Amino acid sequence: MKQKLVPYSIIVIFFVIFLVFYKSLKDTNIYTPEVKINNDIPIFSAERLLSNESLDSKEIFQLDKFYILNIWSSWCAPCRDEHSILMDLSKSNKFIVIGMNYKDNKKNAKSFLDELGNPYEKIIIDKNGTKSIEWGAFGVPETFIIYNNKIIKKYIGPLNQELFLEIQNLTK
Amino acid sequence: MKTFKTLIIIFHLLCFNNLYANENSERNEITKNLRCLICQGQSVYDSDSDFANSMKILVDKKLNEGLSDKEIYSYFKEKYGDWILYDPGLNKNTYLLWLLPILIFLFGGAIIVKSFIFKK
Repeated sequence: MKQKLVPYSIIVIFFVIFLVFYKSLKDTNIYTPEVKINNDIPIFSAERLLSNESLDSKEIFQLDKFYILNIWSSWCAPCRDEHSILMDLSKSNKFIVIGMNYKDNKKNAKSFLDELGNPYEKIIIDKNGTKSIEWGAFGVPETFIIYNNKIIKKYIGPLNQELFLEIQNLTK
Repeated sequence: MKTFKTLIIIFHLLCFNNLYANENSERNEITKNLRCLICQGQSVYDSDSDFANSMKILVDKKLNEGLSDKEIYSYFKEKYGDWILYDPGLNKNTYLLWLLPILIFLFGGAIIVKSFIFKK
């Protein structure tokens, strides 16, 4: 009995190891941070893109309104793709779209908006990338939906038609 | 004149005492324990990506505000989750990670005790 136990346990151990490795073959190693919902928005003050004045977060986000904060940059290609969606969202009058210009230079950012249109009611500048980290973002584009000073939804990567409909349904 | 020259040389040699290669050691300690989310597998300290550089600036800012390293860790943990720390705390997601080595150690110890000591 004891002699049989050893080969059996070896087979079982190898089988378990095989299963673990086989399963992790398909797992992705890229970690995207879990989306934390209902976090309070950070308090900050930032310079505006189209004028030289600075803005406080309290002046931007008011209660009982839906806001979309979109982190974008003129050098970011996916931002170009999602721009038409943002234009549509700003036209729908359900949301106030705020832009955060990430690590960009003013001239390029302005010509980007001249070319594709400006969906943003206000645009703030994040010159060194620290403000977007305070929001919990780690790249461009990222989009936050804000209601009553809380982040109710967050999208990493460009928006598309599907997400457009999802965002539209959030206000209901 | 000769003694004066040697004195000047000695004075300058002593001045090197104040040179450090590493001037922001506290920031480096903290960023070594933060994982870069863009080039995963590197710490923020090692990485030179845009994200990591911004993180370094932010850590500096938080240190200037007078936050301790633990407060900075919990600040980033709140934003990005446990994964951003190389040294995660003990909670319900990580208890297996922390307890498994101890369990294996005890189990192995038990085997050793059983087969070597009790056999005698």
